[in-house]
Amino acid sequence: MNTDLVIKVGGAAGQGLQTIGVVLAKTFKKSGFNVFTTQFYLSRVRGGHNTYQVRICNEPIRAMTEKVDILIALDEASIEEHLNEISDGVVIVDTDVIKIEQMNDSFFHVPMLKIAKDVCGNKIYSNTVAIGAALGLMCFDFEYLERVLTATFRKKGDEIVENNIKAARAGYDHAKMNFPLVCQFDVKEPSDKDGRMLIAGNDAVALGALAAGVQFLAAYPMTPSTGVMAYIAAKADEFNVVVEQAEDEIAALNMVLGASYAGVRAMTTTSGGGFCLMAEALGLAGITETPAVIFLSQRPGPATGLPTMTEQGDLQFVLTAAQGEFPRCILAPGTPDDCFYLTAKAFNIAEKFQIPVFVMSDQYLADSLFTCEKFDTSKIEIDRHLLSDDELKDKKEYNRYELTPTGISPRAIPGQAGFTVVVDSDEHNETGHLDQTIDNRILMNDKRMKKLKLLEKEMEAPKLYGYKKADITLIGWGSTYGPLLEVVDILTSEGLAVDHLHFTHVYPLPVDAIKDMLANAGKLVCVENNATGQFARLFECETGLRIDENVLRSDGKPYTPEHIIRALEQKKVI
Amino acid sequence: MVSVEDFGEYETEWCPGCGNFMILKAIKRALAELGKEPHEVLLTSGIGQSSKLPHYLKCNVFNGLHGRSLPPAIGAKVANHELTVLAVTGDGDCYGEGGNHFVHNIRRNPDITLIVHDNQIYGLTKGQASPTSELGMKTKIQNHGVFNTPLNPLSLAISLDCSFVSRGFAGDVEHLTELIKKAIQHKGLSLVDVLQPCVSFNKLNTFKWYSERVYRMEEKDHSPKDRVKAFERSLEWDERIPLGVFYVNEKATFEDHLDVLSSGPFVKNKADPEKVDELLDSFI
Repeated sequence: MNTDLVIKVGGAAGQGLQTIGVVLAKTFKKSGFNVFTTQFYLSRVRGGHNTYQVRICNEPIRAMTEKVDILIALDEASIEEHLNEISDGVVIVDTDVIKIEQMNDSFFHVPMLKIAKDVCGNKIYSNTVAIGAALGLMCFDFEYLERVLTATFRKKGDEIVENNIKAARAGYDHAKMNFPLVCQFDVKEPSDKDGRMLIAGNDAVALGALAAGVQFLAAYPMTPSTGVMAYIAAKADEFNVVVEQAEDEIAALNMVLGASYAGVRAMTTTSGGGFCLMAEALGLAGITETPAVIFLSQRPGPATGLPTMTEQGDLQFVLTAAQGEFPRCILAPGTPDDCFYLTAKAFNIAEKFQIPVFVMSDQYLADSLFTCEKFDTSKIEIDRHLLSDDELKDKKEYNRYELTPTGISPRAIPGQAGFTVVVDSDEHNETGHLDQTIDNRILMNDKRMKKLKLLEKEMEAPKLYGYKKADITLIGWGSTYGPLLEVVDILTSEGLAVDHLHFTHVYPLPVDAIKDMLANAGKLVCVENNATGQFARLFECETGLRIDENVLRSDGKPYTPEHIIRALEQKKVI
Repeated sequence: MVSVEDFGEYETEWCPGCGNFMILKAIKRALAELGKEPHEVLLTSGIGQSSKLPHYLKCNVFNGLHGRSLPPAIGAKVANHELTVLAVTGDGDCYGEGGNHFVHNIRRNPDITLIVHDNQIYGLTKGQASPTSELGMKTKIQNHGVFNTPLNPLSLAISLDCSFVSRGFAGDVEHLTELIKKAIQHKGLSLVDVLQPCVSFNKLNTFKWYSERVYRMEEKDHSPKDRVKAFERSLEWDERIPLGVFYVNEKATFEDHLDVLSSGPFVKNKADPEKVDELLDSFI
């Protein structure tokens, strides 16, 4: 029997849910388990009801399931809202603090507050007592927890480390001694030992950008993208990066374009609302052919929407944002690996084609923790596609928009080898100076749009997972990858012929490859975290293929495998 | 030796007699007299008649969006702080559409020279009120006359402790050239607000109107170190209009705060992906 358990921590903002969740996740990972976590939080610093959920499994996992095995209830709302998620699980609760009207076998009282005071003389350790109790129920090897607590609190001094260990041990012992069903959640030791990373999507994007040599990041903080800006800011001195908090998103992207024009790799980070303000500068990147990387972490809109929740609702906007027509590229990672490698790749595409490139994530991917193999930095290539001084030295003049068969003009940076570089938001000719003649407009527009066709050839085909010659192909993009893989596994084990086609290279779509892959496909079902099937529309438009059924979700929450399967049943797809 | 001729002669789209010609002349002279080669100079601009200026002299040009002459200038300065960067803009571009960037770049204090062609009217869109238009001025849009209080860019800049605040006049090229030279030499954001007649659309603030009122502050014993006095001077308008350097506060620039620039311009750096390995270990 495989271990596959979910622990949910519920409480108010400010109660330390994240610390509990992260300590649990790290402890399980240390012992060799695969771990996946999600967060559900409201846009407030104190109060409200939030949850942090940790799933552990022997098999690789990239999605959350709906059944909860252990609920650590730090507030009454945890019980009101999540008791129904427990079937044969247990609620860890301190009934000295939270009154339970009808006690039954589902509840296990742990006097967290009292133990914390008795053992450490301070109630702040009650969360650590809860962590210990949860692991006690599982008869988990305490040593892993001890190691994680030591690492987590080392900077705060020996006394705090010792108190945390004492509190955890007391909670652990209390559970082992008092829980009626000792080791109900006996966990099977995983076979492969640690060496892997536990990482959130946002951190992986930041690392990808650093690996690619980003030197300038200008952004305005906006949930759920801020983590990328914060991570790079923390490493900026070490990696020679300037991170500037712009006065608004308009300034942010314009600053990025100035830096990129002058010769460094530059990016911005934002969410949909901030990107609205960047639309004008996106067009500027388009007409001036200035490379830029835009990390856009989606959350439900319109306007302020649901600031801390998830959605894939900005695709059609990003596809068409800004007036006029110009090439752009959209990449959508589905895993932390994708976040790392695709962000690095985004810089290469941006500089090769001299276009804006989007890395589109969402709150779910941004904030969830995944276990994955250590990224291989030797796979990161840096292709700047800039003219060298040698290539320039024989030139009599340098024209930024020189016409070439590919539409890509050789790019120099201002002042290089004594040349000047001229760019203009007006239609311009090869020199970069304003030119409104019709013949020139045709030449320049064709030149820019030519690059889109060329770019299509570099877009990777979608990944196919699952049954060969499937009756049903589930299509998805970006962050739905994890839940959809699990759906394929579940349905395949039930004897259905299902596969999953996952897109990370979203625009321009590699149309020929897609048509080849789906030449003999059965039913096509597109699964997206939005209300209108935005990717499905793009897919149909570009490939001419029909999507037979749309599965959609736009309530602010991410997909679980169960949710998708229920939807497929409702639509009589299965 | 750099000469004015090195910056070339270009055909312009400006109206004959426009104050822009004088400002262009002053910028070219200032750059030549400071020995700046065209390839060492970057001019950024937004949109408006003023913002066409970078196209009319040989230099690096980033002619961006309306109101956005400053943000790309900051980005470029970070990328290559050896460039001499001038943001060329107008009263509508800088004080209206780009007001937020004006305010916050004064706070940021990058080593950039901000030249604002201030003709108190919209030229490119043919004669609507600008943020600095006089009260009561009638236009095709402001039929009842302007009733929004005019923005006083100098008072605003001094109130924000802008590190260099000055005003020139397009009708006094000698003086304007010296002012632009000082502004370029100043380390930090240097504002040069340039009074400029618009021969086509501003029939109120004409060459004659300005000429009758402007005076050089240098001749009136003004100390640019005194912020309160500078503020007082900045309020003078109707009868007498002061020209010259109102206020100077030598303070750390944006770039001074960026230690990572001390080893040389960013554009010369080479990336090393494997350096990220040490960070990856912290996730294990």
